[in-house]
Amino acid sequence: MAKSSQVRGVAIDKNYRHCGALSIDLEGDGARYLFQNPEDTKIATPDPDRPATNGPAGWLPVLLALALCGWFATFIGPVSRGEVLRVSFDWAPSLGISLSFLVDGLSLTFLLLISGIGALVLLYSDSYLRGHHQYGRFALYLTSFMLAMLGLVSADNLIALFVFWELTTITSYLLIGFDADKEKTGAKARRSALQALLVTGAGALALLAGLILMGEVAGSYEISQINAQGDVVRNSVLYLPIVVLVLAGAFTKSAQVPFHFWLPNAMAAPTPVSAFLHSATMVKAGVYLMARLHPSLSGTDFWLWTLTVAGAVTAVFASLQALRQSDLKQVLAYTTLMALGTLTLFLANTSGYAITAFVTFLVVHSLYKAALFLVVGCIDTATGTRDAALLGGLARSMPVTMLAAAVAAMSMAGFPPFLGFIGKELKYAGALAVASEPVLVAGAVLLANALMLAAAGVVSFKPFWRPAGGALPRTPKEAPWPMLAGPVILASLGALFGINPDLLQSSVVAPTVAALLGTPAEAKELALWAGVNLPLVLSLATFALGLLLYAFHTRLRALLQRVLGALPDFDARWDDVLNGLKVLAGWQTRLLQTGRLRMYMAVILFTFAAVIAATLALKGAVVIAPDFSGLAPKHLTVIGLIVIGSAIVTLTDSRMASIAALGTVGIGVAMVFILYSAPDVAITQLLVETLVVVLVAVAMLRMPHLGAPGERDIRPRDALLALFVGGGVTLTLLAVLATPMDLRLTEFFEETSGPLAHGRNIVNVILVDFRAIDTFGEIAVVVIAALSGYALLRTGKEAGR
Amino acid sequence: MNSIILRVATRYLAAILLIFSLYMLLRGHNEPGGGFIGGLIGATGFVLHAIACGTKEARAALRLQPQTIALSGLGLALLAGMVPALMGDAFLTGQWLFLGAAEGEKGLPISTVLFFDIGVYLVVLGAILTLVFAMEEEI
Repeated sequence: MAKSSQVRGVAIDKNYRHCGALSIDLEGDGARYLFQNPEDTKIATPDPDRPATNGPAGWLPVLLALALCGWFATFIGPVSRGEVLRVSFDWAPSLGISLSFLVDGLSLTFLLLISGIGALVLLYSDSYLRGHHQYGRFALYLTSFMLAMLGLVSADNLIALFVFWELTTITSYLLIGFDADKEKTGAKARRSALQALLVTGAGALALLAGLILMGEVAGSYEISQINAQGDVVRNSVLYLPIVVLVLAGAFTKSAQVPFHFWLPNAMAAPTPVSAFLHSATMVKAGVYLMARLHPSLSGTDFWLWTLTVAGAVTAVFASLQALRQSDLKQVLAYTTLMALGTLTLFLANTSGYAITAFVTFLVVHSLYKAALFLVVGCIDTATGTRDAALLGGLARSMPVTMLAAAVAAMSMAGFPPFLGFIGKELKYAGALAVASEPVLVAGAVLLANALMLAAAGVVSFKPFWRPAGGALPRTPKEAPWPMLAGPVILASLGALFGINPDLLQSSVVAPTVAALLGTPAEAKELALWAGVNLPLVLSLATFALGLLLYAFHTRLRALLQRVLGALPDFDARWDDVLNGLKVLAGWQTRLLQTGRLRMYMAVILFTFAAVIAATLALKGAVVIAPDFSGLAPKHLTVIGLIVIGSAIVTLTDSRMASIAALGTVGIGVAMVFILYSAPDVAITQLLVETLVVVLVAVAMLRMPHLGAPGERDIRPRDALLALFVGGGVTLTLLAVLATPMDLRLTEFFEETSGPLAHGRNIVNVILVDFRAIDTFGEIAVVVIAALSGYALLRTGKEAGR
Repeated sequence: MNSIILRVATRYLAAILLIFSLYMLLRGHNEPGGGFIGGLIGATGFVLHAIACGTKEARAALRLQPQTIALSGLGLALLAGMVPALMGDAFLTGQWLFLGAAEGEKGLPISTVLFFDIGVYLVVLGAILTLVFAMEEEI
């Protein structure tokens, strides 16, 4: 019986407290259902020896990505000649929204990176997750993500860009949470997925607002048109809100401090996902957006300082964090943050050096970071661990992986003759050319680079050449060729472009600089040997400092763990925010959903009256000119009936009497309708009144007597509310009567109901013919209401008796 | 409610109410009435029956589940709307057929509008009875 009374509480009253628990699921357990596979909860650990294949899901996406990459490669010729390719489809022309795409240098750079790395990552995944029971799903998510990302970097319409932006958010949520049903790590995967979704989603909302403001200010939603008249945006009074909102979206997506915490957590995803989303592509979407809108938004002090400070803080903070980690993947995650900070830093400026440095570093970083992530995946698969303290001596058993890692790491560390060296030289040149604080910026870049060199050593030198720190969970052996293809190709590209930078110069760097600054002439030359100059000196200083840091990195790690441990923990604050939200949701649910009918009625009526009162007051429509002239005795009788009925309702102690009195009020109103010759309405009113009295009387049999002992008298409050509502309605009616009535509709129906609808009763003709679709909607609602009410009553009955 | 007077009176009243409800339904297009009003009156008849003789008897007299009646009413209204749609007009456009129409004689008008109105009648009747019966059984 105890149980049943609780269930009954839902239907009627009182035991409604538990609805406070109906708060939103913020822990991400809901995500579990999204990912859950009913028949198989056994988890496939990545094992390259498994004979099973993934079938078409394995190779089809690779072919698609390769085909796309080849197609984009055909654009290199036209784009390097300075052409801009554009194609547009109408989407919602009335809103100025079209599905338009544009390929210029900036877009093409991203398109090639995304499709190229995408093909390699998809090939890699096929081996990495060979025989995984959900590989088809994985491939679908990853391919959808790639397509969304390609759309994002080629969209030429603010709204289209935003749609693709959100598609990447959703697909990345699915990818981060891919391991949601794993027993050990599932909870973490779900939490990380939800965290990434909420942080980037919140930023995206701000971004949408910013983009709409921008479109309205510029008078067009086409990015190419907005960028062509950048001064309109810059000189607008809305410039500041636009920049703040757009940067909120870009900074959350690109994980700038203080929104950085989701990115290291997102490493819960399978390694190929981390390589693709969280190093090469998605996190760069924020950077891409800043670059895309650079012509319209940059060039102000606000832009300069916001990006400089955010970028510099992120770069240094992330480099320190990177050295503190011992999980190889976490090291790479934080060096990615560092790269994003550096890219942001360069976008603060409008000098040719800074933008050239931006493009070059963008390419360098995508190449070596994706390669290193994939290498870490190989090491993880081969040995069963990613712990830097444990790993060692892998050079003999995994020679190809070692080579690829070494080449990629040399690029990351910035040694000649790799592309990373050129990138680093340009970084220094760019840093020295910045408009804000060259010394400070160059100092930040120097520190970040030195720390990155040390991190490169941790990732790719130590695991291969130093003695192992302990027994490895598995005997290491070389990864299969599809897993090696990615790291090898990406690392070799880094070397190729380093030795022959001209390949990159004309095809990628110059067109991208042109897209940002308007002319390819601003692009600086990429060269391995630029003579003895300040950047070279700084490079040498970096090597010295970086090697020193690597030599002492074990001791440094202990120190950093102590020092950084004292900093505020953003991840824990995130939990506080979520818990705060839950408390707020619980509080407002208990406040509004009390489960007491009386409260619901009061809230509804009060809101209704408040809205009326506010409208009347704002429009100044209060007219107090009642006209009692046309009142005959019959009118007065009806009014008297209504007034007396109302008085009895409010004064009686018996529920039955008050229902009956309410019935008289209803009948009085029906008589008003009859007096003004509206028989249909009067009949309906009478019948509804009768049925309501019957229904309510039946319900009332279960209710306690009014004014039962122990109950607080709330009539004064109700009286006030009633006066408020009544007054509001009266004033509205007076205001309506003060304006002349528009009879056009009435005349139309009077004239046409006979000839067109073969009926003389206008009311019914309107109901079943002229406005039949409204009626259809209404009867559908009536059916739904009846069935719901029936279900509710039945649930109570079965549980209760 | 155990009252012999009410029970005896109900036997006649309910029948009269049902006939009257059909009358109101059919005259609705030209005189006050229609599906809504007809359905309400019909429901009153069965509600009266339920109050006087209990819901068990009222349900037996109705023969069909009231939910079924409401749903079939909705279905009938939908069909009445689909017919003109299939004939190439807009959804719910009235289609008229005058049976036995001749020179000077209008004939018997049959229309999709009539079936739509009957659908409304069934929905209102069924929905109200669904709720009233369930609530009375609660007591």
